[in-house]
Amino acid sequence: MAIKTYREALTEALMIEMDRDERVIIMGEDVAGGAGGSAGVRDNQNGIFGTYPQFHARYGENRFIDTPISEAAIVGAAAGAALAGLRPVVEIMFADFIGYCLDQIMNQAAKFRYMFGGKSRTPMVLRTAYGAGLSAAAQHSQAIYPMITHIPGIKVAVPSKPADVKGLMLTAMRDDDPVVFFDHKALFGVQGEVPEGDTPIPFGKGMRYREGKDATVVAIGRMVHFSEAVVDKLAKEAGITCDVIDPRTTSPLDEDIILASVQKTGRLIVVDESPPRCSVAGDISAMVAMKGFDFLDAPIQMVTSAHSPVPFAPNLERAYLPSGAKIEEAIRKSVDY
Amino acid sequence: MQLSREQLLKAYRQMKTIREFEDRLHEEIPKGLIPGFTHLYSGQEAIAVGVCENLNDSDAITSTHRGHGHCIAKGCDVKGMMAEIYGRATGLCGGKGGSMHIADLSKGMLGANGIVGGGPPLAMGAAIAFRNRGKGEVAVALAGDGSCNSGPVFEAMNMAVMLNLPVIFVFENNGYSEQTAPAYAVGAGKTDLVRRAEGFGMPASKHDGTDFFSVYEATREAVERARTGGGPSAFEFNCLRFFGHFEGDPQKYRIKGEVEMARDTMDCLKNFRHRVTEAKLLEGKDLDQVDAEVKQLIEEAVAEAIAAPFPPDTDVTKNVYINY
Ligand SMILES: Cc1ncc(C[n+]2csc(CCOP(=O)(O)OP(=O)(O)O)c2C)c(N)n1
Ligand SMILES: [Mg+2]
Repeated sequence: MAIKTYREALTEALMIEMDRDERVIIMGEDVAGGAGGSAGVRDNQNGIFGTYPQFHARYGENRFIDTPISEAAIVGAAAGAALAGLRPVVEIMFADFIGYCLDQIMNQAAKFRYMFGGKSRTPMVLRTAYGAGLSAAAQHSQAIYPMITHIPGIKVAVPSKPADVKGLMLTAMRDDDPVVFFDHKALFGVQGEVPEGDTPIPFGKGMRYREGKDATVVAIGRMVHFSEAVVDKLAKEAGITCDVIDPRTTSPLDEDIILASVQKTGRLIVVDESPPRCSVAGDISAMVAMKGFDFLDAPIQMVTSAHSPVPFAPNLERAYLPSGAKIEEAIRKSVDY
Repeated sequence: MQLSREQLLKAYRQMKTIREFEDRLHEEIPKGLIPGFTHLYSGQEAIAVGVCENLNDSDAITSTHRGHGHCIAKGCDVKGMMAEIYGRATGLCGGKGGSMHIADLSKGMLGANGIVGGGPPLAMGAAIAFRNRGKGEVAVALAGDGSCNSGPVFEAMNMAVMLNLPVIFVFENNGYSEQTAPAYAVGAGKTDLVRRAEGFGMPASKHDGTDFFSVYEATREAVERARTGGGPSAFEFNCLRFFGHFEGDPQKYRIKGEVEMARDTMDCLKNFRHRVTEAKLLEGKDLDQVDAEVKQLIEEAVAEAIAAPFPPDTDVTKNVYINY
């Protein structure tokens, strides 16, 4: 398998599907960029996060559309185009800007199939970059996937690894339901093995990235990387071994992989970058408390961000986020219980 | 209206402070001590200052991600701003907000804003408060050419007209929203985007945003009208930003020489100096002295910011609520 970045893996999935299916279009702000600019150059930054190399030249104006700053119209248009037979992928540059188009997700795309008695399909993907760590402050850093996971009718992917971003994006684009796809903005440069070719990964299937016997660490998105580092360190330094499980999609959620692991280890630590209230961490904890109560030998631990907006100052942002030290403390607390 | 010597010197000092602040940040950012994303205002100074020289502390403005110039023009403490941009405890927002969220409500500065189009509805709401208070205060939304394609901005303009509110919508057309020009992103009007504001039923006009006097005069009339119950207005002020969208922007969307041309012919500071010295309203040495004082102020602001402590980690959960 080739080593690729998260960004390259995402691009690969987008290209496979753009090449394969004429109905796939991509829309967003500055996805090509340069429109109307004095240099007359398109594809000049290949998208804000460099995910669309030469897409404008390759796919043309009708399938690769630069939009004005009009989030509500962009996502509404995706939902409408999906109802009318296209399979749009739209980019909302930063997940925080979903504030402007939540209606189009929550009241439109999510509801059609149900409200219309099963008569419609809304095959659209909303791609967005989330997450803290770059001192982008309160309006450019939030991890809002729990809010979207909460909405029945929407599927939610939060990949952590290059291979997963490729496989899950392929599945997202082929799914007939609306999908919101969260990429952590600090992961685009992360490298990993990525299988060649058309390699979709099913939704609702988690992945175990470390194997152990003492505790189960379930982590989401960038927190998978944080958790792996801590778990490797504890194995080496303290002989404590843990499963690290990445659910990969928060809706649907692979309950089986989590429950099977907790049955084996008796201990659960959930690591989630969102604030704690109504979070994915809270959701998984409640699920295990309900369905795996008998497996548990210790109280469930949640490691989340603070219940606060994301602060700007780098030291405050570090204090806000889950850290290696906080994850280690939670694992030790659980194991020592 | 002829401005007094003091007014002219103040306007020049404000514009120069913005320019020096931004140009200095452009030098400091590569050194790595300034966190996050920073969007500089150089080239647009005449707009913020031309507008805000018509306002008092009790009037309000809303701003954008490119907010430093608006903050300075509205009277925010320059050292407090610099410390905020460095993420220090002594910053205007205690290091919580950074470049994109500088605010000082005591100066009527309702916040820089990371959400494009976030400001105009807030300004319109402030104008409801001002109308009800009846003291003649006005609110001004400073917003970009890109923001004027955002739905909430249209909604705010319509409400301002139907409620006859003391609010002014200022669109700074600096040639680009990120990498995209209004000639592409604006459907009707293209290079004349303020015509859309007119469509909502308010007086709207377009002026040279690199000429302090044009901006000042146009805004003065609109502010007077708003203060006396005459309702909202809108402006488009044209200019070009001298730096990239954010610091680090490769700017491939611009032809070579565009910025040099703008610095040559569209520099509000040069234009101002030329105008006032030609007309013998001020002497070159008056302006040189301002330049020196401003340079010193910014020098101190940077040194003090770098020497200032970071906020304590326990501040993370402070001020989430007033009480909880
Ligand atoms: C709702 C929202 N959408 C997109 C962005 C990303 N963004 C930040 S600045 C910007 C361009 C704004 O252009 P303009 O209004 O012309 O302001 P300028 O940058 O020229 O000052 C964009 C698209 C954002 N911050 N908020
Ligand atoms: Mg602009």
